[in-house]
Amino acid sequence: MILAKTGNEAIAYAMKQINPDVVAAYPITPSTEIVQIFSSYVADGEVDTEFVPVESEHSAMSACIAAAASGARAMTATSAQGLALMHEMLFIASGLRLPIVLCVVNRALSAPLNIHCDHTDSLASRDSGWIQIFCEDAQEAYDTTICAIKIAEKSFLPVMVTIDGFIISHCMQRIEVLSDEEVKSFIGEYKPNYNLLDVENPITLGPACLPDSFFEHKRAQAEGMNQALRYIEEVFKEYKERFNRELFILEEYHTKDAEVGILCMGSTSGTAKIAVDNLRGKGYQVGLFKLRVFRPIAVSYLQRSLKNLKILGILERMEGLSAFGGPLFNEVRSVLYDEPERPIIISYVYGLGGREITPEEIEEVFLELLSLKNKKRENIEKFRYINVR
Amino acid sequence: MKSIQDLIKEKELFSSGHRACAGCGEVLAVRQVLLASKKPIVCAMPTGCLEIVSTIFPHTAWQVPMFHSAFENAAATISGMEAAYQALRRKGKIDKKIYFIAFAGDGGTHDIGFQALSGAIERRHSFLYVCTDNQAYMNTGVQRSSATPQFAHTTTSPKGEKLPGKLQPRKDIMEIIIAHEVPYAAQTTVAFFHDLAKKVEKAQSYEGPTFINILVPCPLGWGHLPSLTIEISRLAVETNFWPLYEYENGTYRLTYKPSQPKPIVDWLKLQGRFAHLFEEKNKHLLEEFQKYVDEKYQKLLKKCELSGK
Amino acid sequence: MSNTGNANEESKKECLIISWKDLTCGALVRDLKRIKENKTGTWRSLKPIWNKEKCVNCYRCWMFCPDGAVIIENDRVVGINYDYCKGCGICAKECPKKVQAIIMEREEK
Ligand code: SF4
Ligand code: SF4
Repeated sequence: MILAKTGNEAIAYAMKQINPDVVAAYPITPSTEIVQIFSSYVADGEVDTEFVPVESEHSAMSACIAAAASGARAMTATSAQGLALMHEMLFIASGLRLPIVLCVVNRALSAPLNIHCDHTDSLASRDSGWIQIFCEDAQEAYDTTICAIKIAEKSFLPVMVTIDGFIISHCMQRIEVLSDEEVKSFIGEYKPNYNLLDVENPITLGPACLPDSFFEHKRAQAEGMNQALRYIEEVFKEYKERFNRELFILEEYHTKDAEVGILCMGSTSGTAKIAVDNLRGKGYQVGLFKLRVFRPIAVSYLQRSLKNLKILGILERMEGLSAFGGPLFNEVRSVLYDEPERPIIISYVYGLGGREITPEEIEEVFLELLSLKNKKRENIEKFRYINVR
Repeated sequence: MKSIQDLIKEKELFSSGHRACAGCGEVLAVRQVLLASKKPIVCAMPTGCLEIVSTIFPHTAWQVPMFHSAFENAAATISGMEAAYQALRRKGKIDKKIYFIAFAGDGGTHDIGFQALSGAIERRHSFLYVCTDNQAYMNTGVQRSSATPQFAHTTTSPKGEKLPGKLQPRKDIMEIIIAHEVPYAAQTTVAFFHDLAKKVEKAQSYEGPTFINILVPCPLGWGHLPSLTIEISRLAVETNFWPLYEYENGTYRLTYKPSQPKPIVDWLKLQGRFAHLFEEKNKHLLEEFQKYVDEKYQKLLKKCELSGK
Repeated sequence: MSNTGNANEESKKECLIISWKDLTCGALVRDLKRIKENKTGTWRSLKPIWNKEKCVNCYRCWMFCPDGAVIIENDRVVGINYDYCKGCGICAKECPKKVQAIIMEREEK
């Protein structure tokens, strides 16, 4: 079935079809709509969900954690400050290995206050032990939200599915949806690892671990993330086999013969594809890498795909404030360190606080990269900005 | 109502082997509540003394399901558990009645956990929230909380050359909870086990959020002998510092009335945290304390009278 | 370094888990009986001595013991569980003055 949906509507619709047991959420721009639409599904009896309209995002995540630990499938959505307020609880969700799905509508973090898109919110929670999957458009958001349930429940890790605030969340697009039955049969039943409501088999969840066991718990959790990519691959594969829709871990666009590439995440990939088309029309061999899975780091994919480039521009929608670039730049760069041949890598910070990025600007980046590709890497300024006045 | 003969037959759900200090009032309150509670129970607690003494991996004192996640979210946690229960019950995956209890200290209730508690009550989840009030942050080493009484010495409201301990009177959490129009809220303490047990059972007979505020002496933080935990708990009531009362369906009722109230100094003098009040220069503060207790008690009596109880 | 080595050996012996691979998924405790390993009776400096002859079975010691260390069998107090009793003295203090069936004594070490 084809529907016209904004990114937020697409996610809310996926949530309706998932029909989670518990949704605990708090409004925040630009993710508010997801919760708002979902609560109308609750009001109309279209879902069986227990909707908990909590008094803060901290409580939203706390309640989702408690629900998931009580044998319920739990979901929520948030943005920016909301995700920051959840920060403490993100680590607890993953440390307890609870398969919660959180839809993040990316927005800049204060200060100064800004409600528009950048990736600082999700990227700031990169070390919280959550799988993070970035989506380009409403279709991808819809498909990924459904897959995320299954990825989470296979890996026993919580999953963030992200879309760009306003650019995708509020932009009407054509999406193809599955039937309710297809979604239901794809995700199956939630089989929890443990269940607090199993009163015949009581457990204590969340004990204090002293130095004699804390380390082992963290090591075990790390193993969960080490295995996660495999589950993502499995779920994407099954999704393709059943519904003929392909989801990527690292999507490539005209990269086969490219010496010059750009890597980015989220909606900018769509813009960059236009830039690639334009330049290809003029005979330039340039390509685009759209990274979808930011956690776990898709090491093998990145190595295989990027090592033969001469030069790579990384479009980073976050100012890392580290004096050495943002997380996307640093991590991709680090992944390529062991390759005997590796591209020059340049960081381009762009689009902060919803600053628009155009195909022309990305074309300029490609042309700049082309002009730099034969230079000595140590002589090149690696930290650049796009359209900052 | 369970009689003492019933209570002694109850299974201990808070096991020995926990690492609370000798004479700890908080774990005693937990033990008493669990004995009195209807079953089956599922519990939550925030970070704090109780969590540290009862659940150091791979040990747990809890013989019922217990979940600790963070400090400020006991009420949000119990909300999520109760929501899961409602959803799974509706789907036919759970068929029995489960009672939810959150145990939190004064920090986790009056201060950092307050927002979550207010929200959970307003949303009308069904749970009993037990505040084990030892009137300071004991787990981190006796810092003042908004439940610390006026003039008490704590490590962040120390008695000094200029200041006589904490300057402000404590927050009246009961009135704040009652303002949420809960079906049932009550105040009790460990020395009055029968009173406490009755209140637990009563609270659990209501759907929706209920609240019990339990005064729990802390030998370490209050500076008293471990053997005096019950004596001090009892004196708090006999001096009218901690009246035993309940609020039920809109009416207040005293559940115990000291026939001959004792002067507040009887309670204060057993506790190191008030020792400085007995120095010559602070004598007037004792009077002030007494006045505060009397006025507060009179106000409560008024409310009970207005309720016709 | 040899000191450290010994300390490590010691801590290994007491170590409660062998490897991260043995841990269940997520930080939780399933074995609720294992708490009984914590013999908190070793903390005691004073020891409650219960006198069967004097006891009137009012259960006050039982209801006020923070450690659940007063043993009741067939509705009668039968003694103190010294494995867990921390010697706080509440039971002795709260036992009715008229009978004073519990007294505190210095713990023999
Ligand atoms: S001394 Fe304290 S811990 Fe020991 S039995 Fe008496 S009340 Fe319990
Ligand atoms: S308090 Fe004293 S009299 Fe009462 S049961 Fe205990 S030992 Fe016996």
